Amino acid sequence: MPERNPPGMLHATWLVARKDLAIEFRTRTAFFSALLFALLGLTIFYFAWDPTAVAAIDLAPGVLWVIFVFSGLLGLQRSFSVEQADRAIDALLAAPVDREAIYLGKALANFLFVAAVQAISLPALALFYNLPVSQAFLPIAGIAVLAAIGIVSVGTMFSSMAVNTRLAELLLPMLALPFFIPIVMAAAVSTSRLLAGRPVADVMPWLRILVAFDLVFVVACTLAFPYTLEE
Amino acid sequence: MTSPQQHRSPLGDQLAVAGSVDWLVTSGFLALAAVYIRAFAFTPPEAIQGPAQRILYVHASSAFVALYLAFALMALSSVLYLALRDEKLDRLAESAAEVGLAFTTVVLLTGPLWGKPIWGTWWTWDARLTSTLFLWFIIVGYLVLRGAVDERGMRARYSAVLGVLAGLLIPFIHLSVYLFRTMHPMPLLAKPSAPSMPGDMVVTFVSGFFALTLLFAGLLRARYRIATLRDLIADSEDQH
Amino acid sequence: MPPALSATEAVTRSVVMAEGLVRAFSGRRAVDNVTFSLDAGECLALFGPNGAGKTTLLRLLAGLLSPTSGSCSIGGTVLRSGSTARGQVGLVSHASMLYAPLTALENVEFTARMYGLRDPRAAARAALHTMRVLDRADTPVRSLSRGLQQRVSIARAIVHAPQLLLCDEPYTGLDDVGSGALTAALTERREAGAALLLVTHNLSEGLALATHAAIMRRGKFVRFESRADVHASSYALEYRELAAADA
Repeated sequence: MPERNPPGMLHATWLVARKDLAIEFRTRTAFFSALLFALLGLTIFYFAWDPTAVAAIDLAPGVLWVIFVFSGLLGLQRSFSVEQADRAIDALLAAPVDREAIYLGKALANFLFVAAVQAISLPALALFYNLPVSQAFLPIAGIAVLAAIGIVSVGTMFSSMAVNTRLAELLLPMLALPFFIPIVMAAAVSTSRLLAGRPVADVMPWLRILVAFDLVFVVACTLAFPYTLEE
Repeated sequence: MTSPQQHRSPLGDQLAVAGSVDWLVTSGFLALAAVYIRAFAFTPPEAIQGPAQRILYVHASSAFVALYLAFALMALSSVLYLALRDEKLDRLAESAAEVGLAFTTVVLLTGPLWGKPIWGTWWTWDARLTSTLFLWFIIVGYLVLRGAVDERGMRARYSAVLGVLAGLLIPFIHLSVYLFRTMHPMPLLAKPSAPSMPGDMVVTFVSGFFALTLLFAGLLRARYRIATLRDLIADSEDQH
Repeated sequence: MPPALSATEAVTRSVVMAEGLVRAFSGRRAVDNVTFSLDAGECLALFGPNGAGKTTLLRLLAGLLSPTSGSCSIGGTVLRSGSTARGQVGLVSHASMLYAPLTALENVEFTARMYGLRDPRAAARAALHTMRVLDRADTPVRSLSRGLQQRVSIARAIVHAPQLLLCDEPYTGLDDVGSGALTAALTERREAGAALLLVTHNLSEGLALATHAAIMRRGKFVRFESRADVHASSYALEYRELAAADA
């Protein structure tokens, strides 16, 4: 029998995340489609409003967060369909690692995916909508990180459930979007206040909601995930 | 899991129950009718709002039932299901969600009916109405999920997980919706020191709560029986 | 982690033991009160018509399903959420359980890492070599033929030298080279003290390696005996009757 030492929780999380990123890096389809979706969305939204009636700066926060949420869904949908295709999820579940680590690993990979889409589309938004982002950039990036954690924690969970249902990918938005409401509200309102030059202290209540959401749902989903597996 | 020998008699019992009159549902509807007879014939209309105010007796009570009874019951039985794995709890969650959807829909329909004459608009993104709409979306999502899973054990686990997460979501929805803005009249009975409603109205209002709670209990029990019956029939079909 | 089986313990202690195993789906019992055990080096050939519950039984033994009642233990450890017992099992199912965009080596190496092998790459290469697909190690799985994918999938299942190897129709899609490599690999596992469970529709293929044979029907073991008592002809007859009865 070969020497073995089953990976601990963190190590297994990293192994799963790295595997997912390797798949994404190999195919790149989900990343480019999500990115293209985001850029197209930014463009289309710009022309959906009359720029003389609504200033771009008023439009931008809402557009930004609606697009982040929907492009995030594209990545999340893929997260468990790669597992489902040849039932690779079975091999993952048969491995001697904690099931929580499978959730956390997939969530970590999804987070990096969403963050990468944001990292490109956020500057694109600033460019297209001519936003004065210089002083607000860091706080907005912080909000983006907090929002991405929330989106991914809930979305990864529902993605794993949705692939096993009759509706498959169609179900994910129906389950996930109501959970994204507080995130989008908090992120959009704080982004617009920050863009209007208000100090970070002004948006603290919203930031607290985001942080609390992240804490509650990362913990709750990690604990609940094994219940969705053991068939 | 019940053993095969036990099946025949519970199914028969359930079928017998299904054929009889449900007195709980009947009395719920009668009580609701009584409240409205009282509201129209014996309770004076509100001075400023006029007759539109009478919708409050069903609107506010339905909101109470939907959020504090139906939704709470769904979330609670979901938690308990994950802990105890008793199919009864899953049926309870299912029934609470479905009956809760009906009550939430009533809230969403009566709100605009009242809002048009009073606020001058059918729909407004007022905090309470918005929360109720989001609640409605969550319950619909929950029921769609239930419909999309065939295997009973998996359906129960999936919906219980969603029920628990939805329960955790509610405070966040309330918080963010309130931070966003609110213009809804604060519940008039919420100030226990001095209810700002005249005595006649309070009596009608409180009886409205009781009537709708009774109706909820009746519908919940009826829906729960349907769920039990469906599972028993599925079990007995599998035996043959 | 339970201590590795020493040579003497291996003969006395059963590798897998299922007791009163029941698994119900929506009230229907797919596996209904199955009890058996296999010692080190034993191989059970499991036959049965479609829908008899063979796949469900395998998934229970792999820890992918939890039993409605009853229990199974691997190497003396009850198979529950305890992850170490799960690590002693290898599973070949009809799905390849591979990631199509990754190469053969990446797939097997990922499994080796998940099982905590000391040198995952070397172990992965060795398993691919056993299944005679090492020359295609760097080809993405999606570019491999069905038979080669099956070989990679088997390499993935044996890379961690499992004490219990569960194979669901493992010969399907394999050519002569692949079948030969699989038989050699299974024999090698048995000699190393592992127990095998082989689900198949092919009687001669199943009985070639078996020390025990069983027929499953409607969730139950309707026959279970050691190889010495098995006459291929009577098995074939009974098996055909059962399949016809269920059709």
